[in-house]
Amino acid sequence: MNFDLILRIGTKLILPFILLFAIYVQFHGEYGPGGGFQAGVIVAAVIILIAITFGLNAAKRVAPRGLVERMVPLGVLIYAGTGIAGLLLGGNYLDYGVLLPEPVSGHLLGIFAVEIGVAVTVSSTMVALFYAFVERGS
Amino acid sequence: MESLINMVLLTLLAATTIAIVGQRSLLGVVILASVYSFLMASVMIVLDAVDVAMTEASVGAAISTVLLLGALHLTKTREEAPRHGRLLPLLLCAAVGAMLVWGTLVLPPFGTPDAVIHQHVVPRYINETVRETGSPNIVTAVLADYRGFDTLGETTVIFIAGIGVMLLLGGLRRRDRAQDSAAEDQR
Repeated sequence: MNFDLILRIGTKLILPFILLFAIYVQFHGEYGPGGGFQAGVIVAAVIILIAITFGLNAAKRVAPRGLVERMVPLGVLIYAGTGIAGLLLGGNYLDYGVLLPEPVSGHLLGIFAVEIGVAVTVSSTMVALFYAFVERGS
Repeated sequence: MESLINMVLLTLLAATTIAIVGQRSLLGVVILASVYSFLMASVMIVLDAVDVAMTEASVGAAISTVLLLGALHLTKTREEAPRHGRLLPLLLCAAVGAMLVWGTLVLPPFGTPDAVIHQHVVPRYINETVRETGSPNIVTAVLADYRGFDTLGETTVIFIAGIGVMLLLGGLRRRDRAQDSAAEDQR
C-alpha cells in the first residue's frame, strides 16, 4: 500500500507527545484530571495510530499480540492483588492505609498501584479488541 | 458567556442527534456519534467535570469510533429498511423521553449546594480527602480509594467484556489454525 508521506512523518512526530501525555495523565492523576482509565485509552490510541498509519505488522512489533492478551488479566490481578496485600498486612480488602507505616503514604501507594492496574487492563483490552477486529476483517 | 457556550453546544448536540436518527449509512452514524461524544466532552468541560470530559473524549470520541469502524469493516455498512411500522417505536421513545423530562422537574436547581446529593458524603470527601489520602484530586481519591470496590468491578467488567469479544471474534480462527496444524501432522 502507498501511504502518504506527510501522514507518516506527522505521525512519527506526534507519537512521542501522545505517549508523554499518557504518562502525564497516568502519574499526575492524583493532582490534575485523569487517571488510569484515561491514560490506558491514550496508550491504546498510540498503538492504534501506529497500526492505521504504518500497518498492523508495525503495531504488532511495538505491542505483540501475546503480550497484549496477557496484559488484559494482569491489570485486574494488580488491582485485586493490591487488595490482597492490604488483607495480608492486617487491614481490610482494598484498605490502603496499612500498606505503608504512614497511612497517608499507604493511601498514595494504593491509589498509584490500582491506577497502574486499571491502565494496564484498559489499554491492553482496547488494543486486543482492535487486533481482533482487524485480523477478522483481513 | 457560559450560558452562550452551553446554548451553542446543546443546539449542536440536538442537531447531531437528529442527523443520527435520519442517517441510513452506518458509517455516517459512527462518525456522527463521534461528533456527539466530542460535543458532550465539551459540555463536561463547561460543567467543570474535566475527568469525565477526558474520559468521554478519549473513549467516546476516539476508541469506540475506531472499534465501531472495525466492526463495520466486518458487516454491511448500510442499515436495512425497518420491517415493522415506525409508529410504535416513536410512541415508546416519546413516552420514555416524557417520563425522563417529568423526572427532572422535581430535581433541585442545577448547582445548588444544599441539594440532597451534596449533603450526604460530599462534605466529608471535600474536607477529609487530602488529610486521609494525600491526593489533591478528590475525583481520583473517590474512584481509586473511597470507592475502590466500584473501580475494581469496573476494571473486571472491561476485562470480561474484552475477553468475551476476543473469544467471539478470534476463537474460531484459532480453532481453524489448530485443525490445520493437526492435519499437517497427519500428512
